[in-house]
Amino acid sequence: MEWEAVIGLEIHAQLATKSKIFSGASTAFGAEPNTQACAVDLALPGTLPVFNTEALRMAVMFGLAIDAEIGYTSVFDRKNYFYPDLPKGYQTSQLFHPIVGIGHVDIELEDGTTKRVGVTRAHLEEDAGKSLHEEFPSMTGIDLNRAGTPLLEIVSEPDMRSAEEAVAYVKKIHSIVTNLGICDGNMAEGSFRCDCNVSVRYKGEEEFGNRTETKNINSFRFIEKAIKGEIERQIDLLEDGGTITQETRLYDANKDETRSMRSKEEANDYRYFPCPDLLPIVIDDEYVSKLRDTLPELPDARKARFIEQFKLSDYDAMVLSAYRDLGSYFETVADKAGDAKLAANWVMGELSRHLNQNDTEIANSPVTAEMLGGLLQRISDNTITGKIAKQVFEALWAGEGSSADEVIEAKGLKQVTDTGAIEAMVDEVIAANQPQVDQYVNAEPEKRGKMIGFFMGKVMQASQGKANPGQVQGMLKQKLDALAG
Amino acid sequence: MFEKTLAELAQGLSSGEFSSVELTQAYLDRIKAEDGQLNSYISVTEEQALAQAEAADQARAAGEAGAFTGLPVAHKDIFCTQGVRTSCGSKMLDNFVSPYDATVIEKFNAAGAVMLGKTNMDEFAMGSSNESSFYGPSRNPWDKDRVPGGSSGGSAAAVAGRLAPAATGTDTGGSIRQPAALCGITGLKPTYGRVSRYGMIAFASSLDQGGPMTRTAEDAAMMMNVMAGFDQRDSTSLDREVPDYTLKLNESLAGLKIGLPKEFFSDDIDQEIAAQVQCAIKEFEALGATVKEISLPNTHLAIPAYYIIAPAEASSNLSRFDGVRYGYRCENPVDLEDLYKRSRGEGFGAEVQRRIMVGTYALSEGFYDAYYKKALQIRRLIQQDYVNALQEVDIIMGPTTPHPAFKLGEKTSDPVAMYMEDIFTISLNLAGMPGMSVPCGFAQGGLPVGLQMIGNYFAEERLLNAAHQFQQATDWHKQSPVNA
Repeated sequence: MEWEAVIGLEIHAQLATKSKIFSGASTAFGAEPNTQACAVDLALPGTLPVFNTEALRMAVMFGLAIDAEIGYTSVFDRKNYFYPDLPKGYQTSQLFHPIVGIGHVDIELEDGTTKRVGVTRAHLEEDAGKSLHEEFPSMTGIDLNRAGTPLLEIVSEPDMRSAEEAVAYVKKIHSIVTNLGICDGNMAEGSFRCDCNVSVRYKGEEEFGNRTETKNINSFRFIEKAIKGEIERQIDLLEDGGTITQETRLYDANKDETRSMRSKEEANDYRYFPCPDLLPIVIDDEYVSKLRDTLPELPDARKARFIEQFKLSDYDAMVLSAYRDLGSYFETVADKAGDAKLAANWVMGELSRHLNQNDTEIANSPVTAEMLGGLLQRISDNTITGKIAKQVFEALWAGEGSSADEVIEAKGLKQVTDTGAIEAMVDEVIAANQPQVDQYVNAEPEKRGKMIGFFMGKVMQASQGKANPGQVQGMLKQKLDALAG
Repeated sequence: MFEKTLAELAQGLSSGEFSSVELTQAYLDRIKAEDGQLNSYISVTEEQALAQAEAADQARAAGEAGAFTGLPVAHKDIFCTQGVRTSCGSKMLDNFVSPYDATVIEKFNAAGAVMLGKTNMDEFAMGSSNESSFYGPSRNPWDKDRVPGGSSGGSAAAVAGRLAPAATGTDTGGSIRQPAALCGITGLKPTYGRVSRYGMIAFASSLDQGGPMTRTAEDAAMMMNVMAGFDQRDSTSLDREVPDYTLKLNESLAGLKIGLPKEFFSDDIDQEIAAQVQCAIKEFEALGATVKEISLPNTHLAIPAYYIIAPAEASSNLSRFDGVRYGYRCENPVDLEDLYKRSRGEGFGAEVQRRIMVGTYALSEGFYDAYYKKALQIRRLIQQDYVNALQEVDIIMGPTTPHPAFKLGEKTSDPVAMYMEDIFTISLNLAGMPGMSVPCGFAQGGLPVGLQMIGNYFAEERLLNAAHQFQQATDWHKQSPVNA
């Protein structure tokens, strides 16, 4: 019998509000511990929450983006449990009436097909602080800067059947929230993190197996590894006659394994009840339709447009449409260059490589879309060769000029198209390489084509790469064939 | 001077009869001399009080005095006061010095009031006798072997005992009205949302409401002018215009429709109380009011519903007292669980622990629907009773409490008997409307009796008007335990 994995995900996306969900304190990352925690965040006696409606706007935008039911009346509930970095002794969340109801996203599978993954719900809640166990021997430090940061918890249906599908889903949600501008998507800083619910069963079975939940995984790669490892662990255990305990597990990236954190028996009874300090949030059609009008173009729509408008391949369109910054960068380059395929190749090739190598966001790229578009224009109009273009790109990346034209001019990289100049170089190369000319002349006519490469190389070398390769090739062929008679 | 009302003291200050510093010093001296017996204050803030009085006198000299400038008041120790211990009557917060002021405190400061100190209270406002205070019970000035009521017992004792001209209180199930009745003073629980809860340490968030405890309805109106108003820091406060509560005090009561709920006049109540309340109602008739019997049929469900909802909210509200960031922390905890268990076990008193347990149980998985949800349904029925009744009548009247002040220790071993003392006050918190208690006579042994008056949402002006007219026609509110 064949095993099948069943995967459901809970994604926590930190909403990019300036202040916290229930207080005026800043949400900026990386400040000194407890400098961004006000009286409300510290849960001083007598303090009360006030809802930041910017978080509401962002949650509704997400709901619209995944074609979800919007909760016209949503209610905050208290989830009660004790933990040192949870200052009130409860987390304010939404259990019974979430802001976003049932929706869905489509993911592209490796075989080129599309799969629809259901989103059960998405609700607003506050983040907890951080417990720092390492810094203080035999003690725990508490940093409440993060306490009260708004989160959107996005809960999927158990629709995914492999780690690859799960990652494709996470990437799709990541791309949606960053496109909407409601989350910075920074996984290393914990702005976007994922809990994975995994179970296995025999293919064809209706019943789900016992599931485990692996918490707080913060990279696409770790999600894939953690799920793969957990599927393997469960299958091995079941095949050895064991049973799966319903439990919460932690992924240890260093050891690449998950380990048990707590079992269901040890789980808290959270005693949810509606938070009496906050009123229900009631929104109307007008509010929702106004937000719908502000919805930016989303990845799926952009992908379809790229295929239609720029005749890109499915793969190129998917990559270039995933992120708003990348998509608009590409569009600017394509417009300016006048050649979308060339633009796609350069954005996904040379540019992406440089960004990755230098760990740079596209928004901070030293080579702007305007600059790259200008550069590609010069390839299209034969001012420079593709090879020279890479040199120009390097120079632009290094800040040696504000446009391709400036660099080409300053470095004298302009392609030589002057027939007289090319002819002189061709003649010189033919004169200086008599043995190769003899070989060419004596060769069978059908073999001469390959032999011309040697002369090409020599001429290009002599021109420092600047001679127009098409012209050089044409002229070499003409002159050598004339010698051959 | 100690028999003067706030209104009379304001007169004295503005006519220059005495300065705020003189007035404040007189009260501070009296507190020092007398409060050993009443234990109505947890903290007396002498230094700050004199500094505020000094500033008030300067403001007056500069021609910048308002209606409240220089008037001394005491605050229930549930309101956070910057730089001053805010204990909430608990060992848990005995070491807590608040770094900020509650909105109510800010408003009194802005009005130029002088804070004499922080008054005694049942621990976390949980109690009807002041006996659950970590600082020992406050005593009833009319009979020091008896309780002043609770939870705002210290405020009531201080005002009745002439240790403050007026005080703030909070009312979750009767905690302003019941001690006001037992101590023979005037107390007003405003409409839920009328007075900001920001900085008022939460007991049961959906029921808590701050209000004034004074000698007279007129003084309560002056206090309300300071306390009431929308606060953007409290999401449950209401953005609605605040009237000048003193303006309509003198309107005639001709045509006022009074309703007497038959459920409030059962055989269970003290017959002397019933008689005094009936006399008071006759007085209102003489002032032009008409009286009819009404029914609040779900009254008997109020105590059971309240003792689910209030403890449920409290169990969550009090989770923040965990020994981690402020307040009491046990010595040498061996681990996190030990820290929680002992800090909370040692920091909270028995009544608070009982209510946390009840509330935790009521919200537990599998019990939520049977208890909490059901209690919310009852709450709606009770609210509807009041809404219906107040379509027929303007003010509902009845006794504030079923009995006069009881003896210290009399009900401490029987929590349910203690809870039953709030039978006439609790339902109003569930409904959210405003209610008052005004002195209306004395029972055997010279113990004060309170008349409860209930109005529709935001009908504080009407209540104060009716109470003021009653007090113009009677002198129950002028009786003083000090001279008695």
